[in-house]
Amino acid sequence: MSDEGESAPKKERKPPTKKVPIPEQPPNVRIRNFDEVALGYSAEQALAEAEKCMQCRNPKCISGCPVEVPIKDFINLIREHKFMEAAAKIKETNSLPAICGRVCPQESQCEVSCIYGIRNEPIAIGRLERFVADYARVKGETLPKLPPKIGKKVAIIGSGPAGLTCAGDLINLGYDVTIFEAFHKPGGVLIYGIPEFRLPKEIVTAEVDFLKRLGVEIKYNSVIGKIRTIHELMNEDGYKAVFIGSGAGAPNFMPIKGMSLTTVFSANEFLTRVNLMKGYKFPEYDTPVKIGKKVAVIGGGNVAMDAARTSLRLGASEVNIIYRRSREELPARAEEVHHAEEEGVQFNFLVNPTEVLGDEAGNVIGMQCIRMDLGEPDESGRRRPVPIKNSEFVMDLDTVIVAIGNSPNPIIPHTTPGLDVSRWGTIVINEETGMTSIPGVFAGGDIVTGAATVISAMGQGKNAARGIHAYLSG
Amino acid sequence: MYEIVFKQVLNPVTKMLVVRAPDIAKVCKPGQFVMIRVNETGERIPLTIGDFDRKKGEITIVFQEVGKTTKLLGSLEKGDYILDFIGPLGRPSETEKKYGTVVAIGGGCGSAIVYPVARAFKEAGNYLITINGARTMDLLLYRKQMEKISDEFYETTDDGSCGVHGFVTTVLSELIQSNRQIDLVFAVGPAPMMKFVSKTTEAKKIPTIVSLNSIMVDGTGMCGACRVTVGGQMKFACVDGPEFDGHQVDFNELLGRLNAYKTYEAESDKRWASQAGGASK
Ligand SMILES: Cc1cc2nc3c(=O)[nH]c(=O)nc-3n(C[C@H](O)[C@H](O)[C@H](O)COP(=O)(O)OP(=O)(O)OC[C@H]3O[C@@H](n4cnc5c(N)ncnc54)[C@H](O)[C@@H]3O)c2cc1C
Ligand SMILES: Cc1cc2nc3c(=O)[nH]c(=O)nc-3n(C[C@H](O)[C@H](O)[C@H](O)COP(=O)(O)OP(=O)(O)OC[C@H]3O[C@@H](n4cnc5c(N)ncnc54)[C@H](O)[C@@H]3O)c2cc1C
Ligand code: SF4
Ligand code: SF4
Ligand code: FES
Repeated sequence: MSDEGESAPKKERKPPTKKVPIPEQPPNVRIRNFDEVALGYSAEQALAEAEKCMQCRNPKCISGCPVEVPIKDFINLIREHKFMEAAAKIKETNSLPAICGRVCPQESQCEVSCIYGIRNEPIAIGRLERFVADYARVKGETLPKLPPKIGKKVAIIGSGPAGLTCAGDLINLGYDVTIFEAFHKPGGVLIYGIPEFRLPKEIVTAEVDFLKRLGVEIKYNSVIGKIRTIHELMNEDGYKAVFIGSGAGAPNFMPIKGMSLTTVFSANEFLTRVNLMKGYKFPEYDTPVKIGKKVAVIGGGNVAMDAARTSLRLGASEVNIIYRRSREELPARAEEVHHAEEEGVQFNFLVNPTEVLGDEAGNVIGMQCIRMDLGEPDESGRRRPVPIKNSEFVMDLDTVIVAIGNSPNPIIPHTTPGLDVSRWGTIVINEETGMTSIPGVFAGGDIVTGAATVISAMGQGKNAARGIHAYLSG
Repeated sequence: MYEIVFKQVLNPVTKMLVVRAPDIAKVCKPGQFVMIRVNETGERIPLTIGDFDRKKGEITIVFQEVGKTTKLLGSLEKGDYILDFIGPLGRPSETEKKYGTVVAIGGGCGSAIVYPVARAFKEAGNYLITINGARTMDLLLYRKQMEKISDEFYETTDDGSCGVHGFVTTVLSELIQSNRQIDLVFAVGPAPMMKFVSKTTEAKKIPTIVSLNSIMVDGTGMCGACRVTVGGQMKFACVDGPEFDGHQVDFNELLGRLNAYKTYEAESDKRWASQAGGASK
């Protein structure tokens, strides 16, 4: 990609432009509340940003998006002030734009390939997507016309982005769709993982309500594998197909001493207490969340950033990210890293914990770490961190939050004979159809890929919906 | 919403509720538990399925009022509803096997939980010895029922107000010292009790199963709050348990973890006492 795309002016080169800034709560204010950090574009700001899009004849942005949102077209509709039409355009391929606009790693997906971005900051596709989706939600979207009912029932396990997307596509095709959700609220990680200040729960609820209005039924408190097995759903309850979108649920801990001290938490526990159970409103809500003064969060992904920024908001005075690679390898969204830094989270790169130290009562009093160096690239292509001899040191801490990833929850594989799983416990599917080793049983999202992104989970839910339709029409 | 169809006050601090939950009643097994959330602001807490009636679609829970949530639950009456009732969770007890002589031990509220398991041991053809213990006579539970299903039945109270003056381990040690053949010990009660039962049976290597009551958030293996060290390995009590080999459990760690939220629990409890809680329904 050496040349500049089609419309580069030859003579006077304008200086590179930046994205129209998005209004935000200032860091010193927002670290004391759980309200959303980024406030969203106004119509004027959206128009100004959309105006910069070159409407490339050969746009590169679209193929960067896992669900191929018609980016060029929706931006053009914004330019024509047709915000509702722009929202409808996005919804042709992405049923949750208000969410994706907020949480997609745009810098490595749609925006990374934007041609305008070669010389400038790329077009703020995520912010524009968010703007039109919010606009349409507030205006009130009309329900699409549904085709006549096919008369076949499909069961969806899990109401995360994979399950919601699959459910939405199937109801639009005329199936009867029931979602079984283990928790008392829908949304999966969108509800219990990603904090309110990044993704207001009201938005997730609105998206789910939209599906309910289309006729999707949701059964809460239903842990499939426990209350009902997949075989029972198919053989006794009349479901013709099942989609498993149960996510990557079980938290990993490090194989080091001190992981069971009482003030060591998995990020899942910490964030679930805060988000799902509203622990930040204790004692108005009954679920407590314990936070100390000096916190270390182990990990460098979105989960780690969320845990760190949540800790600050709960009153921790010092929050450290402990990451064993360097800044370049941080897997978190760039915007979250930037926000975390603004808020005062301290980053410790090339550091790996070797032991969490505790007192008699089991409280954390410190953590021993070792410094790392980057060696040869490993299978993932990232340079492998190797410990530097005799570089151990102790950090003074009272709380440790472990955010080093999740493993697939074993409940469904254990209760579903014949379901092929990989050696990591993820469910094996046919990439094309989304079908598992059991005919009529499909899967997608984190339970298949391992921890990934909202949009990739949605892409898989979409793909499986197509697979289910083909299977049931055949 | 799950309707309470029957309520019984078993003693001043222990209540029994029968709840309509047909889907759970259809499939649950002894030893499994439910997670409940009483109302919108409520916490999720685990409670063992005390009994079930598949035909009527009902689940029995028995609980001791120790803090905010159990007190709130205890204030509900027949006809009231519980917002969320999730289960059956955890692995079932292995009760179908014939071990030989089984000693089933219930401490405090644990007696109610041990009862259906003990009954299943008896039905599987085992010789059943039960030891029922509590702080004082008023708190002994399921006395008649336990006696009825047992080949031998013992009671202990810390204050000597009923049965043997001492702990459940007082009777257990005597049984062991008298060289009785014991093939399995099954104990449910406060963590310290389970710890001492496990210690008591360790020397003679009598297989001992305990049902751990660690703090839980989801109860489905998703949060790791319930982790316990068993045989040097990290286990999640909600999916790998709640029953474990008592000789392998790191009880000191469990006891520490149970205390993690003490100050918050006290705050909640105080708030409950000063607000709605004072006025019982
Ligand atoms: C804290 C955090 C922050 C993140 N931030 C971002 C981000 O900024 N951008 C991004 O793109 N991605 C982010 N991710 C990753 C993203 O959220 C996940 O990849 C995505 O949610 C996976 O979707 P899913 O539908 O596969 O599963 P999930 O969202 O995990 O949903 C699975 C659902 O299934 C339910 N379930 C599980 N087992 C059963 C069962 N047996 N029966 C019934 N129901 C069951 C669960 O309760 C849950 O509701 C983040 C993840 C976390 C944890
Ligand atoms: C798998 C499992 C099954 C359980 N089954 C039952 C049951 O059938 N009946 C029952 O009464 N309880 C049972 N428990 C324990 C029960 O979940 C707790 O008593 C309950 O969560 C306390 O909630 P709370 O808000 O009322 O009290 P909290 O405010 O959480 O605690 C109040 C006080 O009680 C003490 N406490 C907390 N947990 C326990 C405990 N487990 N045992 C004794 N004291 C405790 C605390 O130290 C604290 O001081 C079970 C626990 C598990 C993990
Ligand atoms: S869905 Fe995500 S990747 Fe696709 S265009 Fe929207 S923000 Fe970009
Ligand atoms: S967003 Fe970028 S790549 Fe896409 S059409 Fe506009 S300028 Fe071109
Ligand atoms: S209670 Fe969350 S993993 Fe066991």
